Amino acid sequence: MEPTLFRGRRERKLGQNLAVRLEGITKRFGDQKAVDNVSLDIRDGEFFSLLGPSGCGKTTLLRMIAGFDTPDEGRVIIGGKDMTEVPPYLRPVNTVFQNYALFPHMTVEQNIAFGLRMKKMPRDEIARRVQWALELINLPGYEKRRTDQMSGGQRQRIALARALVNEPEVLLLDEPLSALDLKLRQELRVDLMNLQERLGITFIFVTHDQEEALVMSDRIAVMNKGRIEQLGPTEEIYELPKTAFVAKFIGDSNLIPAQALEPRKVRTALGEFVLDEEDALTPGQEVLLSIRPEKIRLFRDKPNLPNVFRARIDDIIYTGSENQYVLLADGQRLMCETLNQDIQEPGHEEFTYDEEVWVALTPEKLVVIEGGVEGSNPYA
Amino acid sequence: MKRLLSIHAWLVFAFLYLPIAVIVALSFNQSRFGVRFTGFTFDWYVRLFSNERILEYLTNTLIVAVVSTVVSTVLGTLLAVGLVRHRFRWQNALRYLLYVPVVVPDVVMGISLLLLFDVVRDAIGWPRLSLFTIILAHISFQIAYVTLVVRARLMLLDPSLEEAAKDLGATPWLTFREVTLPLIMPGVVSGALLAFSLSLDDFVVTFFTAGPGSTTLPLYIYSSVKLGVSPEIHALSTLMVGITILVLLLGTLFWRKRA
Amino acid sequence: MREAATPWERLRQMLITVGPGALWLGLFVLIPTLIMLVASLMSRGSLGQLVPPFGLHNYLRFFSDPLFLEIIGRSLWIGLWSTVFIMLLGYPLAFYIAQSRHKEVLLLLVVIPFFTNFLIRVYAWIVIFQKEGLLNGLITAFGLPPAELLPSTLAVYVATVYTYLPFFVLPLYAAVERIDWSQLEAAYDLGARPIRAFWEAIFPQTVPGLFEGFLLVFIPAVGTFVIADLLGGGKVTLIGNLIQLQFGSAQNWAFGSAASMVLMAMVLLGLWLYARTQGEKGLDKLV
Repeated sequence: MEPTLFRGRRERKLGQNLAVRLEGITKRFGDQKAVDNVSLDIRDGEFFSLLGPSGCGKTTLLRMIAGFDTPDEGRVIIGGKDMTEVPPYLRPVNTVFQNYALFPHMTVEQNIAFGLRMKKMPRDEIARRVQWALELINLPGYEKRRTDQMSGGQRQRIALARALVNEPEVLLLDEPLSALDLKLRQELRVDLMNLQERLGITFIFVTHDQEEALVMSDRIAVMNKGRIEQLGPTEEIYELPKTAFVAKFIGDSNLIPAQALEPRKVRTALGEFVLDEEDALTPGQEVLLSIRPEKIRLFRDKPNLPNVFRARIDDIIYTGSENQYVLLADGQRLMCETLNQDIQEPGHEEFTYDEEVWVALTPEKLVVIEGGVEGSNPYA
Repeated sequence: MKRLLSIHAWLVFAFLYLPIAVIVALSFNQSRFGVRFTGFTFDWYVRLFSNERILEYLTNTLIVAVVSTVVSTVLGTLLAVGLVRHRFRWQNALRYLLYVPVVVPDVVMGISLLLLFDVVRDAIGWPRLSLFTIILAHISFQIAYVTLVVRARLMLLDPSLEEAAKDLGATPWLTFREVTLPLIMPGVVSGALLAFSLSLDDFVVTFFTAGPGSTTLPLYIYSSVKLGVSPEIHALSTLMVGITILVLLLGTLFWRKRA
Repeated sequence: MREAATPWERLRQMLITVGPGALWLGLFVLIPTLIMLVASLMSRGSLGQLVPPFGLHNYLRFFSDPLFLEIIGRSLWIGLWSTVFIMLLGYPLAFYIAQSRHKEVLLLLVVIPFFTNFLIRVYAWIVIFQKEGLLNGLITAFGLPPAELLPSTLAVYVATVYTYLPFFVLPLYAAVERIDWSQLEAAYDLGARPIRAFWEAIFPQTVPGLFEGFLLVFIPAVGTFVIADLLGGGKVTLIGNLIQLQFGSAQNWAFGSAASMVLMAMVLLGLWLYARTQGEKGLDKLV
């Protein structure tokens, strides 16, 4: 069966072949392990993201795929060939650098042509491909410009063109959008997605911006302290976080310590909750329950639902499109988000400060994180 | 590749230090002539210090350096502030004039000042070539260096800091004293140090603007060297190199502590 | 509320700050240069003093006598080759220092000779090159006859390279420190092999530093008279020696002024070319 992945709501079919395979990669800087025994497979044509806070090892991992660093242990296999020791100039991959690393003494055209020149391609062929690349990034006519006269967004696109014009098997992107402002970033996300789909080149995308990763990727590897915390399709990462770190780092999560009473029933400080049918706990087991703020429902009148308890509205944060409520229940703080729509129906009501409300946690939306309370702070 | 680079580097360092090492070694050598080491002695240092002239030359050198540094630092700092904070006619001409002492060879600077002093003396019988003319000459090149160093620092300064001071009611003078000056102080200090060492080091401009009785150490070294190599000069050189190293080491430690 | 500064108040402030310095530069830099220009157009009196008639005769004499043209040529030639040697020595050194873990110490090792008295640095080579000097000590130790190394052109070259090497290394080091090394990685990434990648991505970044170092070394090397005087004594005459001679024993201030004007014109021409390629910012960096 062909693997089927979701991105957005569109179904995508990916190739069977592996573009990149990492086997047990470890990299030390001094006695610090920057990357700790990481293995993963990236498929042909995939948009793959390495997501994590700064210092989690994602950039180091990318640099080892590019060939700028060599792993202390493990193998890097690109296109089926072991490339662990192969220098970067002999690898079929190209990189879009975080600061773009455009050559300041060259024009736009010379920058883009650089890689082709290194391959000793005939001149007219280079010219043709540079034209193609400039059209690809929507900057035709900019050949003779100097790169330092261009805006951040333009420089970013030139860096992209400079890499893509070489038709790499894999394109590595090291936080390519981080230096741009929000509006531009949002535009370029879509451009980048479309470009990737059109060209069918495998993208490996490093970012610390969870939203960016969620929007663009087929699969995400969430990294922390040199290890992969969770690897999976985009939706799975968001909907079913496996660790407290992932739950906290990707979006917001309310984490509630709980102890299992029965396979599908737990006791918490907020009362006894029933869980989804798929969960099966051993009685006495300590777990964490994670629930996203937008999945908590609030009621003025007591609803006829499972997992209901009383709470007080402690604070209201109005963000325009949303109301965020800070709830206080038995000393525990919970975040709850409701869309600011004008319908006033149960579960979508508006509340005021200090109001006592009913909170309902839908069993299917409660994600059980095994392994207890440890590591619940993603920045610790 | 890395190995080659480091071999090269250490050969260059050897080249830089070999001559200095030779002088230091010879300053302790008993033999008056040649480089054969015949025995260790402090004789040349004793002779150096019993030469009363040396003390006079040292005093001259220091008088020139201190006075010229003080004047050029004050004038240069003010000039830098004015150039950055004000717009006026002839500003570009002044900026180019500032580069002249930096780029023009010392010989040209020296003889042009010699001509100036000569023309003025012909007209009004003053000034005689003396420590005074040396000081005037030194200030003339120091001022350019101080201005350029302080100006570089000033241009890094956030103008809103001065605006904040004025907003809080400080007069222009108080703004300068309480905000601007403390912030550009590192620039002023390095400008002054540069001016001081340029003055101590200067031979060429001094050579043309010195008169009888205003011999400085560099002038003395030059005339002795012209007469032939002597172990006293080895000793004097060794002392000067030692002081240079000491000052640089202290300076480095001082800056590192502040940073 | 304080009133905004009146034009009168601003003028007062400007005069206080710019006034003294500008006056000084005018009196001791601009006017002397003008005097030198006038002097170069005058003639030598019987006692060596400056007298009329005015004319271009000093310049004509300078440019028509092959001896003087040869002096100019020699100054430029020795200055140029010394600079080339300095670059060959200093360029790799700057890279070595920049990538070293002990760069502060190594930098200090370059700065110490830089701040050591100029005359002492020149003097050291006399000690090495003189007849009973270190080099001849080595030569005779091998049983060879002592060589006549002083005065010589070789000694002038060696001392010039030695004296101005730190002037080159320091600005170049500053340029190397600012290098964006990700450009080297970008070049590798795009398929350039190491030497090619260095040449295409790193070398161009050092070009401004090279220019700067070149000027800092070339101008004083062309203009010096002390080195040639002490180590080339009589054998090697540079334009600096010529000028010194006219103001010294030859007692021809008018001709000396003309020679100075020629030297100054050459320097300003070089700077003008430099400013055209690097902009005025480049001039600032020279300090």
